[in-house]
Amino acid sequence: MAHPLLTVEDVSKTYDGFKAITNLNFYLFEGELRTVIGPNGAGKSTFFDLLTGRTQPDKGKIEFGTDPADSYDLTKLDEVAINRLGIGRKFQTPSVYAEHTVRENLVLSIRGTRGVFATLFHKLGSRENDRIDELLKLIRLEAKGEWKAGLLAHGEKQWLEIGMLLAQEPRVLLVDEPAAGMTDEETHRTGELLLSLAGKHSLVVVEHDMTFVKQIATNGRVTVLHQGALLCEGKFDDVQADPRVREVYLGRGKHGTR
Amino acid sequence: MASSEKYVPPAPLSDTTVALLVFTVGAVLIMPTLDSFGVIDHFTLNLWGKYLCYALLALSVNLLWGGTGLLSLGQALFFALGGYMHGMYLMRMIGDQGQYHKPLPDFLVFLGWTELPGFWKPFEHFSFAMLMVFLLPGVIAGIFGWLAFRSRIKGVYFSILTQALTYAGALIFFRNNTLMGGNNGFTDFKSELGFALREPSTQRGLFIATAVVLIGVVVFLRWLEGTKFGLVQRAIRDGENRTLFSGYATPTFKLFLFVLAALIAAIGGALYVPQVGIINPSDMTPEKSLEAIVWVAVGGRGTLFGPILGAVFVNMLKSYATRAIPDLWLILLGGLFLLVVLFLPGGLISLPAKLRALWQRFRPNSNPVNAA
Repeated sequence: MAHPLLTVEDVSKTYDGFKAITNLNFYLFEGELRTVIGPNGAGKSTFFDLLTGRTQPDKGKIEFGTDPADSYDLTKLDEVAINRLGIGRKFQTPSVYAEHTVRENLVLSIRGTRGVFATLFHKLGSRENDRIDELLKLIRLEAKGEWKAGLLAHGEKQWLEIGMLLAQEPRVLLVDEPAAGMTDEETHRTGELLLSLAGKHSLVVVEHDMTFVKQIATNGRVTVLHQGALLCEGKFDDVQADPRVREVYLGRGKHGTR
Repeated sequence: MASSEKYVPPAPLSDTTVALLVFTVGAVLIMPTLDSFGVIDHFTLNLWGKYLCYALLALSVNLLWGGTGLLSLGQALFFALGGYMHGMYLMRMIGDQGQYHKPLPDFLVFLGWTELPGFWKPFEHFSFAMLMVFLLPGVIAGIFGWLAFRSRIKGVYFSILTQALTYAGALIFFRNNTLMGGNNGFTDFKSELGFALREPSTQRGLFIATAVVLIGVVVFLRWLEGTKFGLVQRAIRDGENRTLFSGYATPTFKLFLFVLAALIAAIGGALYVPQVGIINPSDMTPEKSLEAIVWVAVGGRGTLFGPILGAVFVNMLKSYATRAIPDLWLILLGGLFLLVVLFLPGGLISLPAKLRALWQRFRPNSNPVNAA
């Protein structure tokens, strides 16, 4: 079997004695779409924080790269360095630049110029403009390119942020609750979009909505986190049938509710 | 509903260009001409020169507060440091015309010095002093900014630290042993580049220089706004996390802006000193920084001309009120600040648009659907 793109081994993280993540192992392979579920407080956000350099683990290793001889130790890098390696993150609450137009949001996200002096003298090329047009079409906001992003509906903001993530052309997309606040139809379209990205990109999607999880996890694997530890991992049907998963979710009422 | 909310991007050049043109003609041509023909008195022109220096301080505050979301309470320090560096040259140009008729500044004679301290010597060169106007504030802003932004100091903590910075600066300059004039600072300047400072023509020249510098800074800031850098700057203001996780090293951007803002304040201070004729440590207390915050808020935070309008308006009011109703001035200032925060969050610069909207609403025969 190929070497994973993301290797997380024996990682633990505590905050003031609270065990957010305990001895977690997680392997993501190139082109995979992995869904991560788990009740609130299961450690999903901490998990993303660890992967993106927002926080460092107390112990364990986090490595990026399919070649073990040439991979990066993510615990030693900061947010900016990790992003530039090709790991993009979508936040749980849509984080778009509210005062910028939709188009400007994409200009800021598109792969390329990032330095202070480089941005001072950067001219937007036609290749970049074409790419932005393409993305606007993909996220169905081509008619709203000149709108202030703050005026978009909640679901549209979610799509814009996904577009901003894609503009960065990352190898790995970490997507936190993309369907939150969307209508059923929007949710379904989001699922289709994510499915179409698998293969070209590797994705980790955190989600609560079980209908949505079922849609995107048809071919992929599902990881269940509980109290900061791995509860089980496997195909959607197997995971759903697992008595431990049922117990964790039933303790919190009907599955799929937030 | 959706169509009425559609965001129309402002025409970036027309309004700005017109405002700039009016301002340029007014400040560089009309005011000095009126002055030389005696239509307005020298005192008035001099007062306006001071307002324009304050406008540079306001632009410095706004670049950080309005543009980047960094409320710095330390900009008065950089303004005063720029003033002090120019002041050192002006003190040297007094020569032996001081009270003690010694070839070194009076306060040094008073402290018992018979020879000029080493660090004072190069300040007899105008070019060296001008270099220091930029170098000292730039280096201090650079070191402080590097430490603060690297440690991810944000929000109110950043404000408190910058306030402490300017307070520390004031305490250092209040000491006589700093050899910068103690609490009296520098005053009694005689000449600049050979021109006597009491001559109206010299003051007119300084006024024009201030106006030209101010216009240059406005044009530069306008250019900066339109670059990708400007987009990143406002992105940091509205969502620093998103910017950071998009691969922008936001601490470096903030450091660059903090140094740039310090330099703008420093030029303002350097132009202020020969026109006002005095600089002392009270110019770098946190209160001075807070005053500049009020100018920006009153004029219109985050706009290009709002801070200039605010600086001029509030200081005109101050010039009037401190003579007419001196006891009520601070109450008036506080009241003005409250009024703007409560009823005019966009500042005075947003007043025309606001009045137009009101007029639309109450105009007879207006169609309420269109008005909304």
